[in-house]
Amino acid sequence: MPDYSWPPMNDRRVIGKRISRLDGGAKASGRAKYASDFYRKDLLFGMLLTSPHAHAKVVSINLDDAKRLKGVTAVRAIAAPGDEIQWEGAEIAAVAATSEEIARDAIRKIKVEYQILPHLVKEEDLSKAGPRAKAAGEQVTGDPDKAFQDADAVTVEGFYAIPVLTHCCLESHGNVVEWKQDGLNLWPSTQNVSGIGGDLATSLKYPAGKIKVEMDHIGGGFGSKFAADRWGVETAYLSQMSGGRPVKLMLERRDELMIAGNRPSAFAKIKVAAKKDGTITAWQSESWATGGIGGGGSPPLPYVFTEIPNKRMSHSAVATNTGGVRAWRAPNHPQASYLTCSALEDLAAELKMDPVDLFLKNLEVTARADTYRAQLAKASELIEWKKNWHPRGQGDAGPVKRGLGLAIHTWGGGGHTSQCRTVINPDGSVQVEIGSQDVGSGTRTVITQVAAETLGLPMGAVQLKIGNNSLPPSGPSGGSTTVGGVSSSTRKSSVNALNKLLETVAAVMGVQPEQLKAIDGRIQMKDNPAKSMTWQAACAKLGTNKISEMGANDQRKPEGLNSSGVGGIQMADVSVDSETGIVKMNRFVAVQDIGLVVNPKLADSQVHGAVIMGICGALMEERVMDEYTGRMLNPDMEFYKLAGIGDIGEIISHLDITPEHDKRGVVGLGEPPAIGVVAAIANAVANAIGVRVSHVPLTPMRVLAALEGRNA
Amino acid sequence: MENFAYASPATLQEVLGLLSNKPGDVEILAGGTDLISTMKEHLVTPRLVVNIKPVKELGGITSGNYGLRIGSTVTFDELTENATMRKSFPSLVEAARGVSSPQIRNMGTVGGDLCQRPRCWYFRQGYGLLGTDKGKALVPDGENRYHAILNNNGPAFFVSASSLGPALVALGATVRVVSSSGSRDIPADKFFVTPMNESMREIAIQPNELVSEIHIPIGARNATYEVREKMALDWPLATASVALKMNGSTVSSARVVLGHVAPTPFEATAADKLLAGKTITEEVATEAARQALMSAKPLSQNSYKMQLARVAVKRALLEAAKG
Repeated sequence: MPDYSWPPMNDRRVIGKRISRLDGGAKASGRAKYASDFYRKDLLFGMLLTSPHAHAKVVSINLDDAKRLKGVTAVRAIAAPGDEIQWEGAEIAAVAATSEEIARDAIRKIKVEYQILPHLVKEEDLSKAGPRAKAAGEQVTGDPDKAFQDADAVTVEGFYAIPVLTHCCLESHGNVVEWKQDGLNLWPSTQNVSGIGGDLATSLKYPAGKIKVEMDHIGGGFGSKFAADRWGVETAYLSQMSGGRPVKLMLERRDELMIAGNRPSAFAKIKVAAKKDGTITAWQSESWATGGIGGGGSPPLPYVFTEIPNKRMSHSAVATNTGGVRAWRAPNHPQASYLTCSALEDLAAELKMDPVDLFLKNLEVTARADTYRAQLAKASELIEWKKNWHPRGQGDAGPVKRGLGLAIHTWGGGGHTSQCRTVINPDGSVQVEIGSQDVGSGTRTVITQVAAETLGLPMGAVQLKIGNNSLPPSGPSGGSTTVGGVSSSTRKSSVNALNKLLETVAAVMGVQPEQLKAIDGRIQMKDNPAKSMTWQAACAKLGTNKISEMGANDQRKPEGLNSSGVGGIQMADVSVDSETGIVKMNRFVAVQDIGLVVNPKLADSQVHGAVIMGICGALMEERVMDEYTGRMLNPDMEFYKLAGIGDIGEIISHLDITPEHDKRGVVGLGEPPAIGVVAAIANAVANAIGVRVSHVPLTPMRVLAALEGRNA
Repeated sequence: MENFAYASPATLQEVLGLLSNKPGDVEILAGGTDLISTMKEHLVTPRLVVNIKPVKELGGITSGNYGLRIGSTVTFDELTENATMRKSFPSLVEAARGVSSPQIRNMGTVGGDLCQRPRCWYFRQGYGLLGTDKGKALVPDGENRYHAILNNNGPAFFVSASSLGPALVALGATVRVVSSSGSRDIPADKFFVTPMNESMREIAIQPNELVSEIHIPIGARNATYEVREKMALDWPLATASVALKMNGSTVSSARVVLGHVAPTPFEATAADKLLAGKTITEEVATEAARQALMSAKPLSQNSYKMQLARVAVKRALLEAAKG
């Protein structure tokens, strides 16, 4: 079997280098084209009519006036009389027209009669949820009652709340579909180029092999863009009804925020006990959450510190009349990290202990004590914890209070199932083909790096094809598994292709293939660099036959090229204006282990993006539901608030690049650095102002209320 | 949005000839930063949209003996870049800078700022300016964190969205409005009104009138302090604009005006009275701030805005007193 192992750290020429993303220029200049940019002369515009009610029964739908409108090519009812609508934004009907404006007019001409039903859209008050709350049953380990009653135990109790967030992809969900007699072309915005066609095929009962999928770029997904979705299916039917003309249907911003997925909320009453030296002895949590009508959302508690000896946990899922949950960058982990780290920081304050020491004291009940110990030291150094930390509330005397906070997290990652083809042509050109997608993380760049490294060529010599379902299939970009999967399959196909070339060259040179290697654009003897030929000359020996070799990564058998399981420590440095409650980010430190780092620059970029997303959730971002009308009040980018550059502060990313971590192979990074940000910032604010703000985001409304609660 | 006719005349005379007495029949387009969204949301459905950007006499900043004249189509960007504005009216420049989006500062105009519609999320969702559903007022028991804490006895609970309004009221500016039958000057504090029913507007301007220019007297020390959740583009939670006429280090007269806390810019006359004859110190500013909010009455979620408004008053006063 060929040797696929990664080259030793010190021998790498392309892998591990801070190479800028290959599509940076195209993206910055606008040359990069997204599904939402698609335009052709015969393009039609699709649009959805959605429910204005949170809970209702459809009595009747009348499409006649919409059909009569000039320029309308197709009108379809999605819901039927008698259907029960369970959330605002649910799809009722769809239209296609020759312009966006006409489609909009047509939507307004569809007459729908509803019978309004009672709704529940808020879950914070569990007592109001009644039968809508489903308890999962209590889990007990050890003897928590005895541990809490221990006379020597120091106990804290707290309530913590984190709201529903939506994915708010800058490019909304949607696609262009052209369904002709002989096949169907799909241009989606997807995290799943290889798989989305099959998903659409199942819904349409149409042969998957006749569906062509193409996508160059995507404007955000975060776990919400894997399926063809109802609107994708509707777009196909609209195209079919319009004589096979292509139809573009991208969700309106308000629909994007209501029906294209969200992250569940989490509320918890938590009680923790510890010995006076900080050793945690008992944990009790009563938590609840909503992720829409299906309930959803169950944060794993206690987070990271899983082996606390005495525990009692109960959780309820609340079914609300709101849009459904979808995976959001490390599902359940940001909530779990926030709930757990808040409770532990409160415990540290009660113990009058530095929370870093509290974490250190209890690392033995985590799964990776050594990693966390080293990361706590590194993060402390980068944020100057010893110099800048003060006991809770004992900082500056003036109105502006500075504080530090920390958080811990873990994630799986790994390498998804992926196939890759490497082609070497007699003219020396190289193609790498893989049915993956670059969701903005730099996948194009890392695949090219792996191929270039393996073939001993510069980056520019490798021509990469991704974003098409006719290419060798590669998994969806979820669970932080893309880089592990595509780097492994690319490594294998490129090793296989190179070995074929070396066989040809060895015969010409009169040596064994094993005596040759590819380096710096040449094929040369391993023990005699003088005996060599250029890559070009070597490929010319192929005559008229190109080399085309496959490589595959099996998620269940990574064969040493990739692995899973990472940890991270994050720390926040904030200043809080205690007169206005405004929280300002000074600095944020993210320390992360991710195994072998293919491109530290892109990895740092991933960390920056994740931290920025977390800052939004910590300081300003939340879904606001109206109890009376059942409607979302901020389905826009005006009051669904996201941070701008001035709100972010300095971000310091530190990747654990060490021989020990490197030898584990490649592990993904999309999710882990997004987990602990809210927790670290919430803890920093508690440290700054001396009291816990029970709810995030930490807006002036909540920070001032917490301060007044203390003063009252 | 609904279909509409569009006109872009070159002269004010032609513009005025196109305006109509019928409410909502004609809308005026300047920067379009608010109008376009209200049209897309079907909150307004004009028959005719008149672009006034090309009308020369509506632009420009000029100074005279009385003070400054600002044309209604002057953009936020022009305002913040103007040397006289920066020297004499830091409160207006600061308020304009608070619109922290270069795109909106490049497009948005002074007249548009005064005439823009409230941001109340019930209004924007189609529940009317007063936010009602089948006669029930949605704001008092609903999500009112961003709503009024002053003059909020109903039926209006929204807050005036104007960034420049509080500073203009504090400075004693006048707003000139024109129609085909002539012009009239409205003191800035009379320009904003609290509607008592759904058919009323939140500004004292007739459907056939147009804001043509603003006049501001020079002479008062002034400052604006704004509290926002975000540094990036966001609506203020509370602002205070102050204008102080000084006699040495003593305040001879003061005007303290709060923004984003009431359906109109709110004149804190109790604070004005307290400040007259005083030297501004931290204690005086704090007491003035307390007085300014004496009549405030929070809704269920927005008591925090009282504190924010007090801080804004205090900090604006201390800033203005620096001179």
